[in-house]
Amino acid sequence: MPDQLEHLPRLTHLLPCREAQIKTLLLLLGEPEHYSYPSIFIYGHRASGKSHVTLTLLKELKMPHVVVNCVECVSLGLLFEHVLLSLFGSSHTSLPRGPSLSDFVRLYRQLCSEDPAKQTRYIVLDHAELLRDMSANLLPGFLRLQELVEDNVTVIFLSEIVWDKFRPNTGCFEPLLLHFPDYSKVELQQILAQDSCPSYSPELYSSYISILLGVFYSVCRDLRELRHLAALNFPKFCEPLEKGEAKESDAHKLWRNIEPHLKKAMQTVYLREVSSVQWEEQQQKEEKEVGELRGLSAYTHVELPYYSKFLLIAAYLASYNPARTDRRFFLKNHGRIKKTNFLKKHEKTSNHLLGPKPFPLDRLLAIFYSVVDSRVAPTASIFSQISSLVTLQLLTQVGHDDQLDSPKYKCAVSLGFVRAIARTVSFDIVRYLYDFL
Amino acid sequence: MSKRKVKDQQLTVGQCVCQVGLCHIRIRVHRILRERFCFQKLPSAPVGLESQHKHLLELLKRTAIHGESNSVLIVGPRGAGKTMLLKSVLNELLDVKEVKSNILLVQLNGLLQTDDRIALKEITRQLNLENVVGDKVFGSFAENLAFLLEALKKGDRSSSRPVLFTLDEFDLFTHHKNQTLLYNLFDISQSAQTPVAVVGLTCRVDVLELLEKRVKSRFSHRQIQALSPMDFPQYVELVQQQLSLPQEFPDGRFAHEWNNSVKALCEDKSVEDVLRKHFNLSKDFRSLHMLLFLALSCVTPSNPTIKPSLLLEASRLCTMDCKANMLHGLSILELCLIIAMKHLNDHYQDEPFNFEMVYNEFKKFLQRKSHSVHSFEKPVVIKAFEHLQQLELIRPVDGSASRTQKEYQLMKLLLDHTQVMEALQRYPQCPTDVKQWATSAFG
Repeated sequence: MPDQLEHLPRLTHLLPCREAQIKTLLLLLGEPEHYSYPSIFIYGHRASGKSHVTLTLLKELKMPHVVVNCVECVSLGLLFEHVLLSLFGSSHTSLPRGPSLSDFVRLYRQLCSEDPAKQTRYIVLDHAELLRDMSANLLPGFLRLQELVEDNVTVIFLSEIVWDKFRPNTGCFEPLLLHFPDYSKVELQQILAQDSCPSYSPELYSSYISILLGVFYSVCRDLRELRHLAALNFPKFCEPLEKGEAKESDAHKLWRNIEPHLKKAMQTVYLREVSSVQWEEQQQKEEKEVGELRGLSAYTHVELPYYSKFLLIAAYLASYNPARTDRRFFLKNHGRIKKTNFLKKHEKTSNHLLGPKPFPLDRLLAIFYSVVDSRVAPTASIFSQISSLVTLQLLTQVGHDDQLDSPKYKCAVSLGFVRAIARTVSFDIVRYLYDFL
Repeated sequence: MSKRKVKDQQLTVGQCVCQVGLCHIRIRVHRILRERFCFQKLPSAPVGLESQHKHLLELLKRTAIHGESNSVLIVGPRGAGKTMLLKSVLNELLDVKEVKSNILLVQLNGLLQTDDRIALKEITRQLNLENVVGDKVFGSFAENLAFLLEALKKGDRSSSRPVLFTLDEFDLFTHHKNQTLLYNLFDISQSAQTPVAVVGLTCRVDVLELLEKRVKSRFSHRQIQALSPMDFPQYVELVQQQLSLPQEFPDGRFAHEWNNSVKALCEDKSVEDVLRKHFNLSKDFRSLHMLLFLALSCVTPSNPTIKPSLLLEASRLCTMDCKANMLHGLSILELCLIIAMKHLNDHYQDEPFNFEMVYNEFKKFLQRKSHSVHSFEKPVVIKAFEHLQQLELIRPVDGSASRTQKEYQLMKLLLDHTQVMEALQRYPQCPTDVKQWATSAFG
């Protein structure tokens, strides 16, 4: 019986929790030899099965299709060539150098007249949001490709971003919008529980998954990320069972064992501070405390020369303190300043919320001489250290109008970083910061 | 299971067609209607554009038969039937025998022919003059075009053949350098060397403002507005006409029954509500076709006719709010960040904010009243913030990404107050304290 829906049970078995979407897609695509809507735009969150479902569908139904990942297509020529090659075979590559959309359509029509479509051809464009940056007429062109080439062809766009952000300002052929909703917690559990370990019971694995979701669900709903985390941490979960300290039924004991470990994982592996290989190694070593391993961010500490450290500290102070407070902080005999006036602050104006302010070179040097105890001659090396701090991207130069005459800078390091630097020269930076007074 | 259902239906309807036969008929229905909705197959007569049709046909006939040069612009919104109008006119024009052997057709599209060099190549190709031009070198664009038209003159007989240029997306041709193509086309049509008709299709009303002065002065200022003064009863009639099967459908009885069911559908009260909603949104054919296509695609053996419920479902699919859908899939941490941003917007009158401010706001919430949301490390929150930026729910105020640290980059929220609140209502298992935080005015 010629009915598209006969494939439904088979496909739902392959693609769990996506029954409604498969059904809609099957109905929209219709019989192979029928026309389908010129363009279908599928959107949804990352890892909600957009490309997987579409590709499996097209593959299982054996429809002529081509999948293009727009990330790979750095030039239009690559994109066009890929589409033509996979739709019509490799007999011809007569695209000119640097082809335009016009060449593509002309060639497509020519090839199509030699080999007319018996079935709908599908062009799937993954990461379609990149099409917007390519060429102004590319997206409208693909949206009405069916009309331009007069062939039975359907373009499917896949993206994470909603259609509203795609529409060109003079309008275009509106595609059919299809939403892939996110997986609910139950569905996530169901999908994750599928890849269970053969040496343990499926119930154990699914209880492990529910613990994992309990920790991570409020932060992350990305199926791929969760699956990765589940695979990484499962050996640790099974450790008490292997040692014989607990049985499979001791749910509470297993939970007590794994939960702090998972919380640690959120701060390390989830943020890719620690790579997964390191994480696995560490689990095996066992005696070392988890997280003792230094993550990526711990390496941001750099060795600087003595005066560079003070220059950086001075730059930080200049960036985050208002200039009117300099007298009070850095002069020995400052005049009388009304305390009430000085301390009047508003939360909104706190510089640690608003970000660093630019400062002139003179102010930087003045603060620098004030915080360094010894006498420093303003030699060429001091000035070259400032410019090398700029190349290290610890300072940034603001406004490139003048290189020599009173340049302005901004400090681009965090408080934690500068505190670590200040500690090495035993300078208490917090005492000098207006925000923490 | 579905088979049996169909059988029951057949028995009740009392049709004597066998199972397989019915399926074939249904497939044929799909083929006809899908071709109509998706491929924009030409209707037998233009709908609602009769006078424009007559006008254009007259004009093009004068070029084709009498050798008079003309230029005309068809202006109308997207999906109003401009291409359909032109195509049906051309169809009718080419049916006339003396025209068919005589006229040459050149179709250009602003999307494809993005500059004059490509356009000229395409003109050469469509006039089948590639071998004539060969490796000749021309001094200017005008010389080249003149040569092409000259070649036509000598090619067939002593009299010149009329050429009909159709320029789809006409407004894009005005962005070409110096508008050379347009200038030369209009110039030829003015100076009456060769009979040339230039038909432009555009959706921009201000298209004449885009033309340079010298181009504008050569254009005939003849415009055809493709706007149909359609009211709601006509709209419903159009729906019925679009859905019904043609006379020449092989199985007459089935077609009759189908058309009757469509008629009944259009008289249904709930369908009328749906259609009125769509009518109020837009009157163009494309959005109507999308609606009808969605409804049609659900016609399967298990539900053999279009029912009001299918149309309701299709309308729901058409008018879904994309952003609300995306908000539904955010994690609770990301939702909390959005609420914090909303509070910042409320306090500081839509001034841009940076990550530190949002984090500060979020921390205040955690310290004060949260029991359900745990505190997260700052890098985890940054990751959530970056995800929001990837989804383009927030946008940096200035594009310079690398200049400032990412914590201090100024951002704007691209959602409004009601969208956030609505998303919160629909969010599955939203903690109560988060909801309260969102509704409270004090952040």
